[in-house]
Amino acid sequence: MVNTKTITVTVNGEEYTNTVNVRKNLIDYLREDLGLTGSHVGCEHGVCGACTLDMNGQTVRSCLMLAVQADGMEITTIEGLPSDGIAEELKKSFAKKNALQCGYCTPGMLSSALEYLNNGGKANKEDIRRHISGNYCRCTGYQAIVEAIYDVAENGVSK
Amino acid sequence: MKSSAFQYELPEDLSAALKLLDSNDMDILPLAGGQSLMPMMNFRLAQPDILVDLNKIDSLKNITIEADSVKIGSMVRYCELEQSEIIQKHFPLIIHVIPYIAHSAIRNRGTLGGSVSLADPAAEMPSILIALNASIELSSSKNTRLVNAEDFFKGIFETDKKSNELVTSINIPISSSPKKFGFYEVTRRHGDYAMAGAVVTSDEGQDSFNETRVILFAVSTKPMRLIKSEAALNGNNLNNQDAISTAIDAVNGNTFESDLHNDEATKETLAKVSLKRAIGGLNG
Repeated sequence: MVNTKTITVTVNGEEYTNTVNVRKNLIDYLREDLGLTGSHVGCEHGVCGACTLDMNGQTVRSCLMLAVQADGMEITTIEGLPSDGIAEELKKSFAKKNALQCGYCTPGMLSSALEYLNNGGKANKEDIRRHISGNYCRCTGYQAIVEAIYDVAENGVSK
Repeated sequence: MKSSAFQYELPEDLSAALKLLDSNDMDILPLAGGQSLMPMMNFRLAQPDILVDLNKIDSLKNITIEADSVKIGSMVRYCELEQSEIIQKHFPLIIHVIPYIAHSAIRNRGTLGGSVSLADPAAEMPSILIALNASIELSSSKNTRLVNAEDFFKGIFETDKKSNELVTSINIPISSSPKKFGFYEVTRRHGDYAMAGAVVTSDEGQDSFNETRVILFAVSTKPMRLIKSEAALNGNNLNNQDAISTAIDAVNGNTFESDLHNDEATKETLAKVSLKRAIGGLNG
């Protein structure tokens, strides 16, 4: 029985080739093999959203994918978010609005929020709430998070 | 929570996948979007010997018009379904319901064929496919057959599909797209599995119910089509409150299944609430 496979994945612009156990989840590969511990392991069954990251321009739950399925894919984790443009604006807005306390949900939350904004999401609190409904936060009560995303949707990128 | 060990296969085409499903008597599971199977494996509710990943099979990823129906490949993801011009044009009911299915990150991976094969009683799509009179195409290495959606879903995680078969496409007659539909589900949080839900369709004839379909989900072991409710509505004006009351009363007497949070009586009540609101929300 062949239980390992060699994969090549581009993570945050850098190409990695590793041999992984086929049962290893993508999140565990990123954290254990690549040392990228910014993405968090929460529930490990797709409910909490803490492991949400960007794969080929779309958000995915990295606990619901095998590392071998990321072969040939391009992944962006919290470590690879650009320090300019909408991503930077969002980070600043989260800090300004106190949209995090313990920070456990934040990498996944930012990933979902970025997808919302990059897909033309409007400054509409109901829509924002619906879009981040797959991301649990146990600290903030969501109000500050919704306001942080709302502000970026409304004001865009400051010059 | 990590899955148990398995052998991983990544077939490049359908015939290779079907051959794998056929090849021996080990526990072999096909992996589609993985948004239900992966948690089940992490919980060790599923412990396949061999996992057959279908994600490389391009022939299962198309949406095409064939004669008078639309053929949706089983590996079409929800996010692709939502953006398909063919689906937008012909099946507004599907477009309306997709945002109710989990969350964006799940819909970016989850597939229609996966949902159909799993047959979770709380899932939306099985009921929608019955409302749309869809057929499920099943293929094995030996033959291909079509099963009407209404006959396909048998019970909790139970379908007409045999272990050596794959759902290869979902076929929906374009003429089955209703002129009016209503949809309502009760959930604790947006995107959660429904506690109860209802879909109502009608081919409107001068403001009256016509060829109505009424289907409840998340209240029993499988989608529950209510023929008596349909009969009560058919031919009556869309605002006929007596007919609507009779249709909602016809929910009584059916067999409801409890879940972790709701007993049978609650399910029956929520079924009526859902049906009432689905009828009330009928739109064109």
